Amino acid sequence: MSFSKRLCVGVLLLFSVCLSSADDSEFSQKLAALTTTKLSEMSAAVEDVANTGKEQALPYLDALLNNQLYFRKSDSKLFRIDTSKDPAIMTEVAVDKKLEGADTSDFKKIIISNSVRTKLREVMARLQLASSDTKLRARAAREMLGAVTESDKPILEEALSKEKNDEVIALLKAAIALPQLDSGTAAQRLAALDNLEGNVEPAVRNRLNQLLEKNADGTFIETDVAVRSRASVVMGTIESKLQRYRLLETIFFGISLGSVLLLAAIGLAITFGVMGVINMAHGELIMLGAYTTYVIQQWLPNQLELSLLLAVPAAFVVAGLVGIAIERGVIRWLYGRALETLLATFGISLVLQQAVRTIFSPLNRQVATPDWMSGSWQINSVFSLTLNRLYIVVFSLIVFALLSLLLKKTSLGLYVRAVSQNRAMAKAMGVRSDWVDALTFGLGSGIAGMAGVALSQLTNVGPNMGQAYIIDSFMVVVFGGVGNLWGTLVGSLALGVANKFLEPASGAVLAKIFVLIFIILFIQKRPRGLFPQKGRSAES
Amino acid sequence: MQNITSAAGSGWLGMRTRWDKPSVGLYVLLALAAIVVPICNLLIPENSALHISTYTVTLLGKYLCYALLALAVDVIWGYCGILSLGHGAFFALGGYAMGMYLMRQIGDRGMYANPLLPDFMVFLNWSELPWYWHGVNHFAFAMLLVFVVPGLLAYVFGSLAFRSRVTGVYLSIITQALTYALMLAFFRNAFGFGGNNGLTDFKDILGFNLQHDGTRIVLYLLSIAALVGGYALSRKIVTSKFGRVVIAIRDAESRARFMGYRVDHYKVWLFVFSALLAAVAGALYVPQVGIINPGEFSPLNSIEIVIWVAIGGRGTLYGAVIGALLVNYAKTWFTAAFPEVWLFALGALFVLVTLFLPKGIAGLLATKKQALTFLSGKKNDSQENESKKIAGENS
Repeated sequence: MSFSKRLCVGVLLLFSVCLSSADDSEFSQKLAALTTTKLSEMSAAVEDVANTGKEQALPYLDALLNNQLYFRKSDSKLFRIDTSKDPAIMTEVAVDKKLEGADTSDFKKIIISNSVRTKLREVMARLQLASSDTKLRARAAREMLGAVTESDKPILEEALSKEKNDEVIALLKAAIALPQLDSGTAAQRLAALDNLEGNVEPAVRNRLNQLLEKNADGTFIETDVAVRSRASVVMGTIESKLQRYRLLETIFFGISLGSVLLLAAIGLAITFGVMGVINMAHGELIMLGAYTTYVIQQWLPNQLELSLLLAVPAAFVVAGLVGIAIERGVIRWLYGRALETLLATFGISLVLQQAVRTIFSPLNRQVATPDWMSGSWQINSVFSLTLNRLYIVVFSLIVFALLSLLLKKTSLGLYVRAVSQNRAMAKAMGVRSDWVDALTFGLGSGIAGMAGVALSQLTNVGPNMGQAYIIDSFMVVVFGGVGNLWGTLVGSLALGVANKFLEPASGAVLAKIFVLIFIILFIQKRPRGLFPQKGRSAES
Repeated sequence: MQNITSAAGSGWLGMRTRWDKPSVGLYVLLALAAIVVPICNLLIPENSALHISTYTVTLLGKYLCYALLALAVDVIWGYCGILSLGHGAFFALGGYAMGMYLMRQIGDRGMYANPLLPDFMVFLNWSELPWYWHGVNHFAFAMLLVFVVPGLLAYVFGSLAFRSRVTGVYLSIITQALTYALMLAFFRNAFGFGGNNGLTDFKDILGFNLQHDGTRIVLYLLSIAALVGGYALSRKIVTSKFGRVVIAIRDAESRARFMGYRVDHYKVWLFVFSALLAAVAGALYVPQVGIINPGEFSPLNSIEIVIWVAIGGRGTLYGAVIGALLVNYAKTWFTAAFPEVWLFALGALFVLVTLFLPKGIAGLLATKKQALTFLSGKKNDSQENESKKIAGENS
């Protein structure tokens, strides 16, 4: 909104510099007239301003519509003054420049009535529809859809004749068609319906629904059978389009949830899957990553982007070092005693949780999200993708790709695979297995830390956040098949999408319960997961 | 053959006979607690130093329920190697069955004074009792539920898991998933068990006021009785032929299977027995504590139980009891005195016990005794020693 307005004004400024000609002076004359006109003639004055056809008029009209247009008593220059803020924000409209330190008593407000407001909306719509900015045109057309009348038809038709953009054309056609449904003859109504096919705008859907409804006495509101059947066909096309979008949306949400699961589980796929260590402190390593993000943001409060970029490697290092410490301090004494490892690492997770509680307080911490990650990517009026989720999907895939590369292409990866497949043989070949163990565990932990950075953008950062992910992560790894990164990828995405598909039918909690029960039953059937490890090492 | 039998029969400590020393010690201790505590609570006046407050009695009763729960975990973990991280689920189910009975006993004394519906149902605008709440106002039926529901769940879950040979870590993780799923379900209001708040505000049991000292004492004595009964029964089972097969399964599952034993049957029935012990513990726990809520299902609780057993020493039964009592006493003390430190202490305890005390307190006591016998010049039974080593290595 503000951006396009600024762009608009910028364009206007350019124009005003280039064309300081006769109709420019006419424009400023008409504007100046606003300061002197009586309220009863204001509508005409507004019309006059709009009739100059200049987009520059929009900021003035917008200010006027919002009761924010003032003029300076001394020189009659027009200002936009927002008095809701203290001190009031004053902007000289002609040059879009803030005025500092002026007193509101030097200004006089231009007063308008409701009829002027109606007029303003109309002329602004006209000006916006003629704008050179496609987004502005689309928005103007969409806004008109909600309250379009027969009298708007000439404006819309004029705009339609010049329009090139498909989206705006569809909107304009719908805007022309809607009032015809109210007042036109049966033939006209039928024709109007053609223009609404596949239009998913809420205003259009509401209007069509009305057509298909019945009166209290059971007769249809729409009397003509042909129109009614046509309307239901059109509604059908709209519904199927909507359904497609809903499906896409569910898939996106599922993938988004899956990517969160993937991030949380992929570190575990290394420590549990490759090394066979049950690390119950895995969730707490994720938490450490999230807190690292928080701490870095506290250090660099004014550089959100930088702090987030720094947080990724920092969280990797912090969580990785803690992981190595855990491995060297505790786990290496417990190899081959999986259940004991589980207990010891659970103890570690308690200690880490309490440490965070003591250092940072038990309350949740807020981690800020940079601008480019907040908001959503609006594809059309019913389908939009949340940007932070989109970025996290991308981030998780990048992490996954890097990790697979690391395991497949580097010598460390080779050692890791060798040790996990046959420790004794690897040792005999000269691999320092304890060194590999420490690094592998550090790697898995570091990735958990990176997951924490991503999760800090989605949820609250608190001492308990790790516990929320630990069970899910184990489920994913076990479901996908231990010791198989691809299994983890497929498992997490499948579980995420399944969860989101179940949710509308059963609610979020039940969906989760169903997924858990499914996994319990699945493990009975395939105790080694979706993609079991093959070969002799798998038997042990 | 002789060697193996003795290994299986002895566990970590020579426990061939039913009246072995630790058991006798435990029985004596519990008998003393059953005699002394009621006297100190009821007969000794309140201003006396020897008086035990009702609060303490309730606390002790709670510990005893935990001890029974720990016993349940030790039976399967210590003797069969099944590490259940979801035993809290059976405990909570038993507790909920008891809670339902207590809830119906409130009658029209609830906040909304509805003679039929518990408060939370009135609050949710339910007009009638859900079908599964019918009949629980009869004590006998509620007690039946205490056994049937957890037992059935354990049977179904166990048959599924053990028949398809899910073992070790995988089994632990799916038991955790089980209790997690149940927790999520019980948190839902629509599930019909009070949602978040669970069941509480109980008034009386079989007509006796729950707030009354005498009722508390009776519940406390019942907890002792349940623990003694559970302990005796568990010992009988683990020292029987059935128990020896179970130990054989723990030490070498495939070998036991190849010798012709139906490993899954043994495991399922032991699992069911253990679940029933846990359910009884839960049913006794609820009237004493006065509340049951879905938090009892949380995986964290179940892992804590395992810790009690690990600290006490698994595979000994009495170790589990000692561990549960000690850890819970420490928890009460720490959370009152240094609430910050408790999780540090508990966490450190986990790590230290698994690293340095793999046989828990019971193991510590045993080695001490062994050292003493060795020093006192008695002949060391080398075969016994050998068999212990085998049992230790394989578990």
